[in-house]
Amino acid sequence: MSSTLPSPAIRADGRKRAFLEVNDLRVHFPTADGLVKSVDGLSFDLERGEILGIVGESGSGKSVTSLAILGLHKGSNAKVTGEIWLDGREIVGATEDEVRELRGSEMGMIFQDPLSSLHPFYSVGTQISEAYLVHTKVSKKDAKAEAIRMLEKVGIPNAPGRYNDYPHQFSGGMRQRAMIAMALICKPRLLIADEPTTALDVTVQAQILELIKELHDELNSAVILITHDLGVVAETCDKVLVMYGGQCVEKGRVDELFYEPEMPYTWGLLRSMPRMDRDRQTRLTPIPGSPPSLINVPSGCVFNTRCPFTDRVDGDKCRTEHPNLELGVTPGHAVRCHIPAAQRQEIWLTEISPSL
Amino acid sequence: MTDETTAATTPSGSKPSGTIPSGEPLLSVRGVSKYFAGGSSGLLGRRGKPIKAVDGVSFSVDQGQTLGLVGESGCGKSTTGRVISKLLEPTAGEIRFNGRDIAGLKPREMRSYRSEIQMIFQDPFSSLNPRHTVGTIVGAPFRIQGVKPEHGIKAEVQSMMERVGLNPEHYNRYPHEFSGGQRQRIGIARALALRPKLIVCDEPVSALDVSVQAQVVNLLEDLQQEFGVAFVFIAHDLSVVRHIADRVAVMYLGKIMEIADRDTLYSEPLHPYTHALMSAVPVPDPRKERRRERILLTGDLPSPSNPPTGCVFHTRCQKFREELTAVQQDRCRTELPMLTEKAPGHEVYCHFPAPRAGLTDLLNTGVSA
Repeated sequence: MSSTLPSPAIRADGRKRAFLEVNDLRVHFPTADGLVKSVDGLSFDLERGEILGIVGESGSGKSVTSLAILGLHKGSNAKVTGEIWLDGREIVGATEDEVRELRGSEMGMIFQDPLSSLHPFYSVGTQISEAYLVHTKVSKKDAKAEAIRMLEKVGIPNAPGRYNDYPHQFSGGMRQRAMIAMALICKPRLLIADEPTTALDVTVQAQILELIKELHDELNSAVILITHDLGVVAETCDKVLVMYGGQCVEKGRVDELFYEPEMPYTWGLLRSMPRMDRDRQTRLTPIPGSPPSLINVPSGCVFNTRCPFTDRVDGDKCRTEHPNLELGVTPGHAVRCHIPAAQRQEIWLTEISPSL
Repeated sequence: MTDETTAATTPSGSKPSGTIPSGEPLLSVRGVSKYFAGGSSGLLGRRGKPIKAVDGVSFSVDQGQTLGLVGESGCGKSTTGRVISKLLEPTAGEIRFNGRDIAGLKPREMRSYRSEIQMIFQDPFSSLNPRHTVGTIVGAPFRIQGVKPEHGIKAEVQSMMERVGLNPEHYNRYPHEFSGGQRQRIGIARALALRPKLIVCDEPVSALDVSVQAQVVNLLEDLQQEFGVAFVFIAHDLSVVRHIADRVAVMYLGKIMEIADRDTLYSEPLHPYTHALMSAVPVPDPRKERRRERILLTGDLPSPSNPPTGCVFHTRCQKFREELTAVQQDRCRTELPMLTEKAPGHEVYCHFPAPRAGLTDLLNTGVSA
């Protein structure tokens, strides 16, 4: 007799579960205008020590995904289905209290705008100590000492002095560092950073990304870095997942994605970015149109309305049939596209790569 | 593009500045400063020190060319943009537009110049009146300047809408009915309505999605080709600026650090701040990223009401920290660097400008992956 409950340690196919495992995640929001399918069938794995970049534009579903992993849709009217396994604990089915306990201790998070994530009325140091006290049984004095230690670790000069400062007294880069201190003080094994450097200057971004990498090395944590910036992905990530219209359209190791991408949307992103390290093109190649509405997701392949390569596929498949995510030549590199694999590789080598 | 084309597409209305003598730049900015009064401080409510948002900036823009103005938050680039378009009055300096100094002109006197110097803003939402239709927004410049196009304002507006890639049938729609990229196009159509000679673009693509940014950048380039309009393109994204600019100026804490032709700046920058900026830009190439040198600036941006003495960058300069002798450091601390023209058109404000080898390798395309 097989048990009807999924095992925390073993997948349905007998393999061992990954540290973070997301299976067929769907997050739908019923609204007056219709059902918004923010995330519609997302699956991926992440082990400790790996940094995964989730890339997408507005409306791709990347932020909603991270909120689902953090269990932050509970209590809202979102309909979440699928499974999210974090070190053997299933999150979609867990209660709000159970997930709250995991946040902070097992999962740390950093958001784009630290000014709105830090409480303006409490000193930065107090907020960090509090994050520690919630999950650890220590005295207030010890928590304060640990908070100061973390502030030093993230590079805040004169940490004991700045402990009592308020968020508005910190610069943007320092606030982000304070957020990182708060996220990591309980040594979580999963860190989710949602556009952590988008609002920061480029030189500050470089410092913050360096800091995230250092701390990730030290804790051997799993990191999910959500961004729209492919340069940031190339700089920091081991694995990449490209989202479009609430779905994963390509995923693989970072080198595969940049040197052997196979999905037209990924090509489009690479071609539309001006870059500093290549000969200047006389004209950028944008992706025509704009990201789709998540209420009226295009039928068939979600990218077909903007894809310049639908003519390489027989018949009307791109518009009528939803392509599955299929594993490519290299294990772990998966693509969701109707164009036959050999042809995709050829298009990349002969048409796209030379134009970059 | 011939004079014939310009005449055919220009709506009627005379321009105050006439034609400039050949050889002179369209816009020439000399020693422009903008100080804001500091808040009151102290028990007696004394005036705080002035905030030197822009401090002695000089550059020029030729007809039909693009000057890129890059720098990070607080460098004064946006303020500079507003000063040259006279949305803000300069505290000091000269702004010569078409041969005439407009720095001292009162708002009333500036009115007629408004048809020649326009602006496009960063936020496509807040720069358009949400209660006006597209037709009203793009048609406003004609009404304000009293210009009557041959076939009427509406026809002119619709032609402009089409030119920027909008559907002219959406004439009666409101801004909220458009996407961010489309709203930015509305702003561009409005700025171009009276065929200005210069448009100051303040971070026009930063708020847009990556795939849409490229569309708008291409559009601006096309419009420049067609209408011969000059741009001052303000941005923090070095990759975008490289694409569109002919000359680039790098700003820090209210001052220009380096200014050069685009190709020169991006192949052999000489100022340590430019080096730091360029080395910080992530490049979408994992192998290069793993190998490259990254210059990390230390410390925070100093306050513009209390800028460092001597060279304003010395407190964070990696060259200052790592390569200079004590005597040289003293110079950086006490002496304001003067303009050094290292090559024709390439100006650096640094006591010890020099190329940085690792960076040059990265920027030049010879690097193999």
